[in-house]
Amino acid sequence: MSSFDNQLDIVLDVNGAPIKLRLEPRVSLLDALRDHAGLPGSKKGCNQGACGACTVLVDGERINSCLTFAVQYEGRKIVTVEGLSSGNELHPLQRAFIFHDGFQCGYCTPGQLCSAAGMLSEFRRGSPSAVTEDVSVAPATLTDMELRERMSGNLCRCGAYVGIRDAIQQAHAEMPR
Amino acid sequence: MNNFAYFRPDNVSSALDLFAQNAEPQFLAGGTNLIDLMREGINRPQSVIDLSRLPLDKVEELPDGSLRVGALVRNSNLAEHALIRERYPFLSQAILMGASGQLRNMATTGGNLMQRTRCYYFYDDVARCNKRTPGSGCDAIDGFNRIHAILGASPECVATHPSDMCVVLAALDAAVNVTGRAGQRTIPLTDFHRLPDSAPERDTVLAPGEIILSVDIPPVPIARHSIYRKVRDRASYAFALVSVAAAIEVQDGAIKEVRLALGGVAHKPWRARAAEQYLIGKQANEASFAEAAALELEPAVPLHYNGFKIELARRTIVSVLLQLCKGGAH
Repeated sequence: MSSFDNQLDIVLDVNGAPIKLRLEPRVSLLDALRDHAGLPGSKKGCNQGACGACTVLVDGERINSCLTFAVQYEGRKIVTVEGLSSGNELHPLQRAFIFHDGFQCGYCTPGQLCSAAGMLSEFRRGSPSAVTEDVSVAPATLTDMELRERMSGNLCRCGAYVGIRDAIQQAHAEMPR
Repeated sequence: MNNFAYFRPDNVSSALDLFAQNAEPQFLAGGTNLIDLMREGINRPQSVIDLSRLPLDKVEELPDGSLRVGALVRNSNLAEHALIRERYPFLSQAILMGASGQLRNMATTGGNLMQRTRCYYFYDDVARCNKRTPGSGCDAIDGFNRIHAILGASPECVATHPSDMCVVLAALDAAVNVTGRAGQRTIPLTDFHRLPDSAPERDTVLAPGEIILSVDIPPVPIARHSIYRKVRDRASYAFALVSVAAAIEVQDGAIKEVRLALGGVAHKPWRARAAEQYLIGKQANEASFAEAAALELEPAVPLHYNGFKIELARRTIVSVLLQLCKGGAH
């Protein structure tokens, strides 16, 4: 159905700034960010919600930007990897990923960082996971088993998981509650 | 992906009107399954009606002690809701064992009910599939059918329903409140999804244009001590080969009440009524559980690659019930 023109004028709130875009409703949030908004940090791995490379934060919650239409996120606060740092000051997760070599090729890293940021806020508000012994009680410690389960939506084909895990644990220890 | 017209109504009656007034309409909620289907060309709507801003995102307690879960409550919010964790821990477990953290933040309660099978032949549009193209045949029946159904299948379709959440909702006798231009109605969760029979293209009894408003979960006191166990090819982020949702109350060694449902085995969440009926009044021990599992799985029919599911389901039922009776974890 390329016979009709139905481009929409939308404004997305990305990394604290409004971005005006003109696009068709079928454009995913990932493609809108990368190809229309000039923010190529979020990556397209599988484009079907399996790898997590496209993870961004919406109102503080991590989502797969590939499995959503950009137009659905009008009026929501979107943060991509480009918006994690404060000016030249890296986010504690970014510093820890560098310190622990939490990557090799780096392709999955933007998604790992955004996912870890969302995951830590889920853990800190007491959200249980599939490996939590008793889901009625908030888990006290982010054990490695809890961390691995909670990050299972992010694949790393280089296999840098040990560094990724250590980096997230370090950032968790450093970040104020 | 085909181009489409996009609508985002802010109330239910506009959503119903938009569905009636537009060509080849399709409702959209979290999008985690539908957008995949649209990319693959399995769904080709001309009009997409985005329900995500309808005011259906609350969990409320009703006067009779039921919980009413709005259709747009996100899977992650439902799993971490204090009353769900306290009263129905196996519902939290089931949701948390589905998908990934990112997907649970997007997926909705109503969308979880409406998700389509993960049969690979359904997604592969060069394969024959009666669910995708009625009358075209089924490539799964004689194909690689390791993940397919052992109960309630038909010669037309051996697909399974992929939801974990719905397995627990079936065990809990939840009810689905829906509305359409013809009015509102309530459908028991166990009747909401269909067996494939000769119309596998219809996953549910929902009529075209009807919208799910909410899911009611009745008070089930024994569910405070309940387990959802999911057996899958990897420990996280995979669909179930077999899953078991169970709650049980034992008094003086005898079973007083039991809820049991299976996932990964049929075209719908499988409430194990034969096993439940057998168990009432029996001694709570391994022999009773094994007999109940055998009764429930007696009608199971294996395909070439999925025969292991029968034994896996039998063992998982016994193991979960034993764990519950040992006063094991919630």
